Amino acid sequence: MLQVRLQKQYPPRRDSAGFTLDIGFTAAAGVTVLFGPSGAGKTLTLDSIAGFVRPEEGRILLDDQILFDAAARVCLPPRLRRCGYVFQNYALFPHMTMRRNLEFAASGSRNLERHRKINEMLERFHLTEVAGRRPHELSGGQKQRGSIARALLGGQRNGGARVLLLDEPARGLDVPLRRELYAVLRQVRGEFGVPLLLVTHDLEESFELGDEMLVLREGKIVQTGAPSKVLAQPANLDVARVLGLQNLLPVEIRALDPSRNSSRLRYHEFDLNGPYFPGRLIGDRVWIHAPPASLNAIPREGKPGANQVPASLTNVIEKPDGLLLQFNGDLAVHIPRAGFEPHRSVREWLIEFPPASLKIL
Amino acid sequence: MPMDWFPLWLSLRVAVISTAISLAIGLWLAWLLANRDFRGKELLDAAVALPLVLPPTVLGYYLLVLLGRHSPLGQIYEWIFGSPLVFSEQAAIVAALFHSAPLLIKSARAALESVDRSYERAARSLGASEMRLFWSVTLPLARRSIFAAVALAFARSLGDFGVTIMLAGNIPGRTQTLAVAIYDAVEAGNGAVARVLVLIVSAAALIILTLANHFIAGPETPGRPAVSERF
Repeated sequence: MLQVRLQKQYPPRRDSAGFTLDIGFTAAAGVTVLFGPSGAGKTLTLDSIAGFVRPEEGRILLDDQILFDAAARVCLPPRLRRCGYVFQNYALFPHMTMRRNLEFAASGSRNLERHRKINEMLERFHLTEVAGRRPHELSGGQKQRGSIARALLGGQRNGGARVLLLDEPARGLDVPLRRELYAVLRQVRGEFGVPLLLVTHDLEESFELGDEMLVLREGKIVQTGAPSKVLAQPANLDVARVLGLQNLLPVEIRALDPSRNSSRLRYHEFDLNGPYFPGRLIGDRVWIHAPPASLNAIPREGKPGANQVPASLTNVIEKPDGLLLQFNGDLAVHIPRAGFEPHRSVREWLIEFPPASLKIL
Repeated sequence: MPMDWFPLWLSLRVAVISTAISLAIGLWLAWLLANRDFRGKELLDAAVALPLVLPPTVLGYYLLVLLGRHSPLGQIYEWIFGSPLVFSEQAAIVAALFHSAPLLIKSARAALESVDRSYERAARSLGASEMRLFWSVTLPLARRSIFAAVALAFARSLGDFGVTIMLAGNIPGRTQTLAVAIYDAVEAGNGAVARVLVLIVSAAALIILTLANHFIAGPETPGRPAVSERF
């Protein structure tokens, strides 16, 4: 269990705006994803936990041990924190073999115990055959597994790492290697009862691995929760933008009818029928999110019908599972490839918003 | 006139000993400058570089004042070893040390700083002490550049003239190093001896520089893995 509350300020300089990190969270066993755009303070958070950076305020608690406490003036050096850190470039020592790399991490425990531990790790991460090789003779996947195994062994004097910190481990990896990494991380989550703190700005990765997701923006946590919950119901426009959601529409609520579970929304000069929104009032100006896959696009013929908005096609983007049609006014609709073929030359379209597709942020 | 080889042996001895001392002190200072933030760091950095820009005679003068027979340090030395430091072989070693150490410290600092910080962070987070980090990670990763720095320092201490003549003087058979002997031979109109010694010094310097370059631009520089190595 990792409990973090910290503040760190970087005052504005001539060549850079100031930055303030001010966050608090708890990470239990399982994968906690720190998600956010670059410059949100994700890596700074990891570095503060690992002890590479000293925050000004706050407290970091790991399994009831205080790693940092500003009020009590406690700040353990990195070597005493037992935080396994997986670096983006793996940081396996290039002048040592894989086995020596693990031995470096496991030093401090007695010889026999250390030998057994290292062999077990090599076995678990399928590195026994390449234990005698140096990092530059290893494949990307082997280096990846090696750096994770080494991080888990770190602080062996007291029983190994108690938390695993991963700084964008999948960045720059090709798809097969990425799959491999996810499999290894799932293995670690299952076999070692330690919290994994994963920094990423990849939404798919957050979904694939995350038990819990912390959305960071400009040094603050803007939302927490299971990734699917966060995506289904972003707390506000900021979160929706950070998540990269499309079709965010500013609307005004014109009518609300709980008995028929319906509402009427004004979007520019169009009326849209939506579901009933509890807790909202007529006249509220809110942001609506309508996932591209939940909308329909129809070639425009005549006047727009109910819940239809006219729009001009600006771009067609190929996606693995269909096409993403982009329209003026920042609208996007995801449709199957076959549905678009007959209308390839059509420019003017109608976008249909099924009432159930409209969600208030 | 038969060739007197004493200056060559003396210079080699002086260079070896002064390089060894300068490595021991210089590595520590370089580590300090590369890794620690402390008050007066800028000043120390400048002071370390000072001998590189001061005229050798000025440096020699300072050392003479600092270590002369009437100075406290000189008297302590004399009390311990029974003979004065100045105008002895040991003085030549001190002169070579001050002449060459700045170069070693500067290059060693750059070498230590060129090691990717993530290796050091990794070592620390894996529970390594600063000592262990230095001896098992930083130093091995920077070793090629450090070898090069040592080679340069050795070449420089082999050829010092100004500081040596101020502090150790020009006593044939006792403190007359190569560079001083060359000056002496030219002064005395002994062109043949001067030519031989000049050629020896030039050849030695050339060989050492080639060696240093080989270390710097060697086939593998483990401290800086190529980007492509990641994939």
